[in-house]
Amino acid sequence: MNSRKIELVVGFFVALAIAAVLMLAFNVANKGITGEGETYDLYAKFDNIGGLKVRSAVKVGGVTVGRVTSIKLDDKDFTPVVTLTIAKQYTNFPETSSVSILTSGLLGEQYVGLQPGFSFDGIEPLKEGDFIEDTKSALVLEDLIGQFLFSKSKD
Amino acid sequence: MNWLANLGAWVIEKIAATGRASQVLYGALVAVPRPIKNTPLVIRQMYVVGVQSLLIIVVSGLFIGMVMALQGYTILVDYGAEDSLGPMVALSLLRELGPVVTALLFAGRAGSALTAEIGLMKATEQLSSLEMMAIDPLRRVIAPRFWAGFICMPMLAVIFSAVGILGGHLVGVDWLGVDSGSYWSIMQSTVDFRADVLNGVIKSFVFAVIVTWIAVFKGYDCLPTSEGISKATTETVVHSSLTVLGLDFILTALMFGIE
Repeated sequence: MNSRKIELVVGFFVALAIAAVLMLAFNVANKGITGEGETYDLYAKFDNIGGLKVRSAVKVGGVTVGRVTSIKLDDKDFTPVVTLTIAKQYTNFPETSSVSILTSGLLGEQYVGLQPGFSFDGIEPLKEGDFIEDTKSALVLEDLIGQFLFSKSKD
Repeated sequence: MNWLANLGAWVIEKIAATGRASQVLYGALVAVPRPIKNTPLVIRQMYVVGVQSLLIIVVSGLFIGMVMALQGYTILVDYGAEDSLGPMVALSLLRELGPVVTALLFAGRAGSALTAEIGLMKATEQLSSLEMMAIDPLRRVIAPRFWAGFICMPMLAVIFSAVGILGGHLVGVDWLGVDSGSYWSIMQSTVDFRADVLNGVIKSFVFAVIVTWIAVFKGYDCLPTSEGISKATTETVVHSSLTVLGLDFILTALMFGIE
C-alpha cells in the first residue's frame, strides 16, 4: 500500500474519532446550563433537603433554568444552605418567588422547583447573592408515614 | 540461604528491568522534537495500530452496547424505570467499559503485534544494523510506534463508547420499545461532559501510555530467540491487562470515588 493511501485511511480514522467526540459532546452530554455561559447565584435555606444532590436541576414550570452547585450546612442555625446557579438568560424572578424540593416521578431524582411570585411595585427582582426566603422542604416518606399513623391512632 | 539469594536476584532483576523500561520510554519521548521528519513514520504506525484495530473496536462496542441495553432493560423494567436505560448505558460505557475494554482489546490486537514485530527485528539483528548505521533504533523504530499507540487508543475508546451507545439505542429503542426521546434526553441531563466524557478520555490516555509502553519495551527487551519472542508477546498481553485493570480501580477511586 502506498503512503498516500495510508494517509487517506488514517485521515478517515481521525475524522471518525472527531465525529465520535462531537457526538458524545452534543448528543450524549448535557450542553450544560451552568456548563458554560454566564450564570448568577441565588441561595435558599431549607429545613430538610432530602435526597437533593449537587448538580440537581433547578426548574421553573418544568424548564431547567439552572443547577444546584453546592450544599452546605449553616454553622449558626444548622440548616442546609443550597446554592442555585441560574443561567443569566433567566433573570428578573421577583423577590416573592418560592422554592420547593420536588421529586420527578415516584422514585425519580429530586430537583428544586422555583415558583415565580407576583411582582408589583416595591418588589425587586432577585439578584446575585440573594436569599430566597420562602422555601418548602423535601417530602420525607418516613415523616409522612409517621404523621399518617399518628392521625390514625387519634381516631 | 539459597532462597534468600533467589529473592535478592529476583528483586535486582525487577529493578533492572524497570530501569531498562524507563530508558526505552525516555529514548522514545525525546524523539518528539523532530515532528516533520518523524510524522510519516507515525502516520504509517497509526495505520497499523489504529486503523487496523478499528473493526474489532467497532464490532465489540456495538455488541457490548447491545448486551448492556438488553441486560439493563430486564432489570430496570421491574422498577418501571426503563427510561433510565440511556444514562445507564452511556455512563457505564463512558466511565468504565469504553476505556478499559478498548485497552484490553488494544493490548491483544495491537500490543502483541508491536512486541512480536520489534522482537523479530531484534532476533534478526535489524536493530543492531540500524545502530551500525548510526541510526538510533529508539528514535526510528520505538518512538513512532509509541506515539501512534498514544494517539490512537483514546480515539478508539471514544469511537467504542459512541458505537456502544448507538448499539444500546438499537436494542433498547428499536427492539424493546423504550421511548427514543427519553433515551436521549435523560442521557443528556445525566451525563456531564467534563465529569464523565473527559474523565473517560483521561483514563484512556493513561491506559494508552501503559499498554504501548509495555508492548514496545517487551519487544525491545526480549531474548532474541523464537522462544523469547513468544514469551515476550504473552507477557505483553498478560502484564498490560493486569496493569490496566488494577490502575482502573485507582483512577476510578480518584475520579469518581469522593464527592
